[in-house]
Amino acid sequence: MTFDVMEVRKDFPVLRRTVHDKPLVYLDSAATSLKPQQMIDAVVSMYTTHTANVHRGVHTLSVEASDLYDEARRKVARFVGAEERGTVFTKNGTEALNLVAHSYARTHLGPGDILLYTEMEHHANMVPWQLVQPDIGCELAAVPIRPDGELDLDAFNEIIRTGRVKLLAVSAMSNVVGTINPVADMAEAARRANPDVVVVVDGAQSVPHLPTSLAELNADFLAFSGHKMLGPSGIGVLAGKPEVMETMPPFLGGGDMILDVQLYEATFNEIPFRFEAGTPMIEQAVGLGAGVDYLTALGMDAVRAHEIAILEQALPALADVEGVTVHGPSDPKVRGAALSFTVDGLHPHDIGTILDREGVAVRTGHHCAKPLIRALGSNSTTRASFYLYNTTDEIAVLCDAIRAAQDFFS
Amino acid sequence: MSLEDLYKEIILEHYKKPRNRAPELEPHDVLVHHSNPLCGDEMDLRLRVGPGENGADTVEAVAYDGDGCSISMSSASAMTEAVTGRELGDALDLAEVFRLMMHGEGMKREDDLLDGVAFQGVAKFPVRVKCALLGWMALKDAIETHQRGQSEHRVEHE
Repeated sequence: MTFDVMEVRKDFPVLRRTVHDKPLVYLDSAATSLKPQQMIDAVVSMYTTHTANVHRGVHTLSVEASDLYDEARRKVARFVGAEERGTVFTKNGTEALNLVAHSYARTHLGPGDILLYTEMEHHANMVPWQLVQPDIGCELAAVPIRPDGELDLDAFNEIIRTGRVKLLAVSAMSNVVGTINPVADMAEAARRANPDVVVVVDGAQSVPHLPTSLAELNADFLAFSGHKMLGPSGIGVLAGKPEVMETMPPFLGGGDMILDVQLYEATFNEIPFRFEAGTPMIEQAVGLGAGVDYLTALGMDAVRAHEIAILEQALPALADVEGVTVHGPSDPKVRGAALSFTVDGLHPHDIGTILDREGVAVRTGHHCAKPLIRALGSNSTTRASFYLYNTTDEIAVLCDAIRAAQDFFS
Repeated sequence: MSLEDLYKEIILEHYKKPRNRAPELEPHDVLVHHSNPLCGDEMDLRLRVGPGENGADTVEAVAYDGDGCSISMSSASAMTEAVTGRELGDALDLAEVFRLMMHGEGMKREDDLLDGVAFQGVAKFPVRVKCALLGWMALKDAIETHQRGQSEHRVEHE
């Protein structure tokens, strides 16, 4: 199963523009993906045709908007193998993780329990746990990362052997080194050690790039963001097991999340509405639904195959540039298409500026994963991240631009 | 605006042959550590204060060290030359002059900034302005820390 990348590129209007008179080479999809016209049209139609609030009007426009919003939830749920009831819209992936920290961890963990995450996590899967830890009184522990960019599973096994790990939070794919973590195996091991453990998977990087099923991940919760998978910003998703979500109190209070409100108390709505206080991100949800349609039509197996083909060329091409070190696994089959690298004698910030002059958009810095960057023995890296609209020709542009930066500073 | 506006020869020269870049300054009165979490830049700056010709507190020596991009490191290098021998209040004024120049709000004391003038073009690259300011902000903080009677301070820039 493959697709014609040149046809795909026609759907992304921003690829028609130039940057500093050069064709745009967009290698920053791990930060946010480009947007297809189909998604843009879906969002625009909400403003031009179906403008209304949802779930609270009897008029035609409100019914249409409600149907479209609910349909978006169905699409997203199906996309990751979740139940509609267990699919909550949030403002971003970060909020989805905060929801679990506040509504689950605070009420289900206590002193003596271990809340385990990893050194590889994005700050979004680290700081929410740090914030609730003092209230819970639990211990925090982090699985170390090895120099090759993979998790130290021996250390992981040692921690879970205590039988005290009550929550495991782990990223399915690193946003910095691209490592695909063995989440399902880790979840199984954690459950064997403590049947009460809840597994929270940060899918911000994996869901846009890999076929995903909540059941195959063996996860209780899966958090991801819309804007990294062809959707607009302002929308994220928490997909989870309904039976776990039902044990959780609300996160935020307000309209839509209640069944009844008295002057001094309220009864709360069923899931998923219990976790969607106030007017939701209607246009964004519909936009994400259109993004999911686009990915579904291409097929996630084909998306993954396309990225593996790019990695098979990009990894050796970058390694061929003198002074370049690519971090993370070297086997395309166990990694995603986010490539962090360092260049001897050149600071990422300078590389980023010079690449920008060549029309090449990359991310530089710590990528919101400071503990991981420190573990790599660095302060910052340059990250080139590829997606379904990138071509193998763009790899050469990237490598030439790095050489140009080296020339400039030599 | 071209790359050469950003990376002028003088800037590259300071990057390749930094002045007063050292991990130590003995003795020193103040040590400040400044970082810019956004790009991962880290800088230590040490300041020695002494009585100047008329007895007023003066920048007797300043040294910086750290890990950062060419703009942050070369700007700190140029800064050390521009402020050494200046009274503390005067050095603070020069830091403010540099800050205003970086924000495109005018150009004063060109002769006093020495090679610092070369960073004028950085103002056209808004995402790099913070890089050029790092050393100057560390200097300002070191002087103010000294004036508060303290000898150490850490700052993370937004």
